[in-house]
Amino acid sequence: MGLLSKKDTKLITDPLADNNPITIQVLGICSALAITAELKASIVMAVSVLFVLGIGNVVISLLRNVIPSKIRIIVQLVVVAALVIIVDQVLKAFAYELSKTLSVFVGLIITNCIIMGRFEAFALGNGPWRSFLDGIGNAAGYGVILIIVGFFRELLGSGTLLGFPVLGNPIPGEQTGLYALGYENNGFMLLSPMALIVIGIIIWIQRSRNKDLIED
Amino acid sequence: MGLKSNLHSLKEKYRGTKMAPAFNALHTFLYAPNETTHSGSHIRVVDDLKRTMNTVIMALVPCLIFGMFNAGYQHHLALGEIGRADGFFSAIFWSWDNLVIGLWKVLPLVIVSYGVGLAIEFIFAVIKGHEVEEGYLVTGMLVPLIVPVDTPLWMLAVAVAFGVVIGKEVFGGTGMNILNPALTIRAFLFFAYPTWMSGDKVWVHGAVARDKAIAAGQNVDAISGETVLGSLAQNHEPSYSVAEMFFGMIPGSVGETSTMLILLGALFLIFTKIGSWRIIVSTVLGALTMGLIFNFVVAQGWITESSKFFGLMNTTWWHHLLIGGFAFGAVYMATDPVTGSQTNIGKWYYGFFIGFISILIRVFNPAYPEGVMLAILLMNVFAPTIDHYVVQGNVKKRMKRLKVKTA
Repeated sequence: MGLLSKKDTKLITDPLADNNPITIQVLGICSALAITAELKASIVMAVSVLFVLGIGNVVISLLRNVIPSKIRIIVQLVVVAALVIIVDQVLKAFAYELSKTLSVFVGLIITNCIIMGRFEAFALGNGPWRSFLDGIGNAAGYGVILIIVGFFRELLGSGTLLGFPVLGNPIPGEQTGLYALGYENNGFMLLSPMALIVIGIIIWIQRSRNKDLIED
Repeated sequence: MGLKSNLHSLKEKYRGTKMAPAFNALHTFLYAPNETTHSGSHIRVVDDLKRTMNTVIMALVPCLIFGMFNAGYQHHLALGEIGRADGFFSAIFWSWDNLVIGLWKVLPLVIVSYGVGLAIEFIFAVIKGHEVEEGYLVTGMLVPLIVPVDTPLWMLAVAVAFGVVIGKEVFGGTGMNILNPALTIRAFLFFAYPTWMSGDKVWVHGAVARDKAIAAGQNVDAISGETVLGSLAQNHEPSYSVAEMFFGMIPGSVGETSTMLILLGALFLIFTKIGSWRIIVSTVLGALTMGLIFNFVVAQGWITESSKFFGLMNTTWWHHLLIGGFAFGAVYMATDPVTGSQTNIGKWYYGFFIGFISILIRVFNPAYPEGVMLAILLMNVFAPTIDHYVVQGNVKKRMKRLKVKTA
């Protein structure tokens, strides 16, 4: 890549796999469990966090020499809050139904540990361009897991993907596809505990492929 | 050459290869191995883990056989083809017709449970390169006994795969699991496919099919297979006598209905010292305590008949032991040596809370009529904590004694 140096590329690719915020650092679990019952909500959440973390990291990085370190948490909160309100208003204006599904969890992006974590750990000590890449990378790592979990939960729990019935028609009396063979949706998939188990399985697969990740 | 030497030479042939654990498991399942340890200290006992597991399975066999007859009996009774059995040895109950239905419905559950579970155990043993663990022998027998008779086989297979992998293998296999695998499997079924695990249809073979026929417009009568707990939860007086509940001629999961046979199994387990009598007794005590509390509340008039909890609260306190899966859970599930408390004092607390919470859930949450499943899983999680405090208490007591002596 001409645009990015090797070091910069690593900022984006690292959080996607070997330093993933959810599966390795175990941050942002709360929203990952709560809103992943539908794939659509997962995608919107992923994009929202991408926006907030990307812009937020740049803003904090630009302000890093101005912010007094004693009140830096408050300043960071103000920045995140402003960005989250923008996201929230946009969702309410253009995707009202979806914003109702996500309900309080859009607002709770403020408390997502990944965001404060990146501000503290990276944006306060690096330039805007690198901070931007770091923000995008971490948000993408978060989003990838959300989308994987959302995919399996919606497919196995409701038999749909993005709202389209992909496994057939489940209505009794007029079943088609898999349902005609006696298949039934797995209600457990729609409950949060199953999201935790799905994330656990992802962590399991990841660690068995890359032994360096196993600490003991 | 006998079967034993055949198995032995087969084992020798595959020694050191990837498949060795699989053949070793087959050999030692049936016979004691040919070679014994020559050096080091020995414990000379005949009952290894496999023999322990086989003893539990022996204690379960009467429940299984009774469950098969009961499956057929409930089916024919609901269809109106036979009358009520009058007593435990009634010929109406122990009939060939009943057994045929039972074999037809229950054996596939047993086969699927063992087939899927053991396949996963063998695969994990080969991948991880250790011996095949015996833990699934009992789980595989428990699972068909705690599900409704009409459970679709593919659901059972999915649940068994989930329970064995997530409930046991991820923690490191038999002996390392936190939760009872059989109950993990049942809990998965319960939360994933609630329509197949509760309600008034699934407990009697044929009721679901009959409902579908009615929905399709055929002119037949619906079969009701309401369990005793189910009708109590709706404030209906159950139509079964105490004797029928004790003998187990009531609808319910395959093997859990006969309190009498479970009692015999409990005596067998206690006599062979496989099951802990402390856990069984304290679980029963816990349930009776909660039952008495609820009866007291009703007697004081703090709750009226219009309350939705009245039916179950008003149940005579010791009837709770006879209905639902309580007795089965207390004897075969709570006593699991891996997931239960290890210390003797801890076992009393562990069992008491299982009984206490079972009846609490049973009465206050009619959506989860099987309180004993959730109560045991909950206490499984707390068992290590209980043990920790028992051990710490013991350490403290001894430290005090030490100080007095040295002072």
